[in-house]
Amino acid sequence: MTSTFTRRILLAATATLLSTAAFAQAYPSKPITMIVPFAAGGPTDIIARIVGENMSKTLGQQIVIENVAGAGGTTGITRAVSAAPDGYTIAMGHLGTLSAAPALFPDLRYKPLDGIQHIGVAGGTPILIVSKKDFAPKNLAEFVTHLKANPDKVNEAHAGVGSVSWTTCTLLKAQLGVPNMNSVPYRGTGPALNDLVGGQVDFMCDQIPSVIGQVKGNGIKAYAIASAARSPALPDIPTTAEAGLPGFQIEAWNGIVGPTGIPTDALKKLVDALDKALDDAGTKKRLEDLGAVIPSKVDRTPDGFKALVKRDFDKLNPSLVAAKK
Amino acid sequence: MDLVNILSGLVGGLGVVFKMAPVDIMPGAGQLFVSLPINVLLCLIGALIGTLIGVLPGVGPIATIAMLLPITYKLDPTGALIMLAGIYYGAQYGGSTTAILVNIPGEATSVVTTLDGHQMAKQGRAGAALATAAIGSFIAGCVATVIIALLGVPLTALALKFGPADYFSLMVMGLIFAVALARGSVIKALAMVCLGLLLGTIGSDLESGEQRMTFGLLELADGLEFATLAMGVIGFAEIMRNLENPETRDVVQGKVTGLMPTKQDMKDSAWPIARGTLIGSILGILPGNGAVLGPFASYTIEKKIAKDPSRFGRGAIEGVAGPEAANNAGAQTSFIPMLTLGIPPNAVMAIMVGAMTIHGIVPGPQIMTKQPDLFWGMIASMWVGNLMLLIINLPLIGLWVKLLKVPYRMLFPAILLFCCIGIYSVNNQPFDVLITGCFGLFGYFLLKHGFEPAPMLIAFVLGRLMEEKLRQAMLISRGSLWVFVERPLSLAFLVIAVLLLTFALLPAMQKKRDEVFTE
Repeated sequence: MTSTFTRRILLAATATLLSTAAFAQAYPSKPITMIVPFAAGGPTDIIARIVGENMSKTLGQQIVIENVAGAGGTTGITRAVSAAPDGYTIAMGHLGTLSAAPALFPDLRYKPLDGIQHIGVAGGTPILIVSKKDFAPKNLAEFVTHLKANPDKVNEAHAGVGSVSWTTCTLLKAQLGVPNMNSVPYRGTGPALNDLVGGQVDFMCDQIPSVIGQVKGNGIKAYAIASAARSPALPDIPTTAEAGLPGFQIEAWNGIVGPTGIPTDALKKLVDALDKALDDAGTKKRLEDLGAVIPSKVDRTPDGFKALVKRDFDKLNPSLVAAKK
Repeated sequence: MDLVNILSGLVGGLGVVFKMAPVDIMPGAGQLFVSLPINVLLCLIGALIGTLIGVLPGVGPIATIAMLLPITYKLDPTGALIMLAGIYYGAQYGGSTTAILVNIPGEATSVVTTLDGHQMAKQGRAGAALATAAIGSFIAGCVATVIIALLGVPLTALALKFGPADYFSLMVMGLIFAVALARGSVIKALAMVCLGLLLGTIGSDLESGEQRMTFGLLELADGLEFATLAMGVIGFAEIMRNLENPETRDVVQGKVTGLMPTKQDMKDSAWPIARGTLIGSILGILPGNGAVLGPFASYTIEKKIAKDPSRFGRGAIEGVAGPEAANNAGAQTSFIPMLTLGIPPNAVMAIMVGAMTIHGIVPGPQIMTKQPDLFWGMIASMWVGNLMLLIINLPLIGLWVKLLKVPYRMLFPAILLFCCIGIYSVNNQPFDVLITGCFGLFGYFLLKHGFEPAPMLIAFVLGRLMEEKLRQAMLISRGSLWVFVERPLSLAFLVIAVLLLTFALLPAMQKKRDEVFTE
């Protein structure tokens, strides 16, 4: 009995020693979990996987993607930012979970500006204004006139309250002065796009990766891209500024976040790994083929990321709060 | 597309499937290239994994494909997608196994199989039920593959005409089916349907994003998962009942007879398989996961046209053959919108679209013309994969049936554990496992008081879709109810629903029904 007991103590002591040794090892000494707060296969998931693959090479440890979907992505972010701040749990946030969420979830359990550690922006995804194939307006100017003249006849589709398509289109409608235009909610981009291709609804706003296939295949038509520059993936589509609606500029983006208090050395390694991934020719090409925009050296830093979250919160919050009422 | 093009496409596709490619079989340790038919091997791997996860209760193809996604990065996209597709339809074959053997539906589509499949197992005919399910799935899979190749494009055009109003009316028709599923009293079945509809309303409001009946729990913001509900009220409750009276289990173990279906069984299941295939194929093409309706619809039809409907729910082989065929046909044809439009109709297809994107392929209508190898290769691989699955599954039946001989006290902890892992894997949420436990207790209560869980489950699935489609249709029509009558498709479904209901409520029918059904 006594000998078993002694052995147990010895075992426990050895285990403690070993784990302390592991702790003292240079970061990262084990795989890193990157929480994607959406189902696998969506735009955020794809960007996380492409960037994560390259970051794994730099860090020498695998970045494992864990999909924790729910509550517009806030469940996954909540879990990541309340995890132990050891640099082994991070998450891929986006425009919705960081800049739009405070307007949508009064009970949000994290503060997107000061309550989390911003690690870096992984990519911007331009927003397109698209319509059903045979929608009357031929260009963006006609589209604007048509919407203003027929706010009670046109139907907008979106992928659900809180989604990027809802968020950006709410901003568009607020800017055009038709905030109460009929908007038809769907559960996800897939079904919304399906009904847009089928002509059941008139128009929607969504990210390039979701709609590019249908735009290229002439299933739907695109009026403009709400970014500062045209996208190399769709060079024929004018920017909103070129097409006469300079006020509507919004880009969806993805950025890596973690809990506050990550050790400086671990944080630096994560920031540098992301930076290196975005400079890598292969990773860059894969992201650009999706229609994503690579953030500049300054914009992708933790400070640049925080400024982005703040800027888009200021831009979106008034119209989102109004739309929720 | 004319027939010549389709045939040459299919031949090309088979060429892709059986293509020999040099593969470095010792990566990282020098180079040793060997020529292998890599795509066929990937198809086999997919089919094997699919069967395995299908058999494990709760572990579904969505979680598996998501986990395996990183492995496919290094593969050629066609091979990767062939493997992922194999996992999906392989899981449809495996999914019926637990439903039949231990009365636990792993997925929405195998709820129906528990009704008669498990009854057959209790009568010692588990082998026949499993074999019928496999053969039905195989035939359905082959026919559905032909449908994808021949009619994929025209059917897509047709499915796009399906608006929210039409969809809603189809669901109304589906709800009437739900009542027909019940074995006991109609009143209790109706009560369960209402409960299912109510449970479906938990979560964020579609239009305003307001939280409904979530008690402030963010975990409930997206509503209940079907797996948690089904696993709880059917699976966990069944385990509790079995533990309560162990002697009934021994009866099951005692009289396992022939492993293969008899000639009479084959004869009885031929037409149900044909009808199930047709129904499943049509519903599979609909956007928004119409495939889940297939097995329910098939079961109802078989029961309605049977000479002696009282056999249903007591081990009728038609109740296994039809729904299983419908299930696999729907799984197969749900590839159509993904392949022809690039729009995923369900969560599994969404991951497939994601996999394509990761491999640098833009999903969309241009895939057929720009990536013919991928398009036809995948279609051809489905044939090959279905054949592999039949060959994998038939010999396994003996093994599964032997599992029934394992003492239940040793079997049930394993079942419970796998269920919990499976439920956790859906969203990686421990909360879901807790909820399943609660529904297990609730399911036990239902069982004790003679309420059937099946109508509740179908109402739950349909309820969410119905609410969504109703509100979409009403928003588009600016609040006019006429939209449901004006659209010919919608009108047709409503008329059928009314006819079904009248038929069920005719006094004479009602009397007969009571005599037959109430125990």
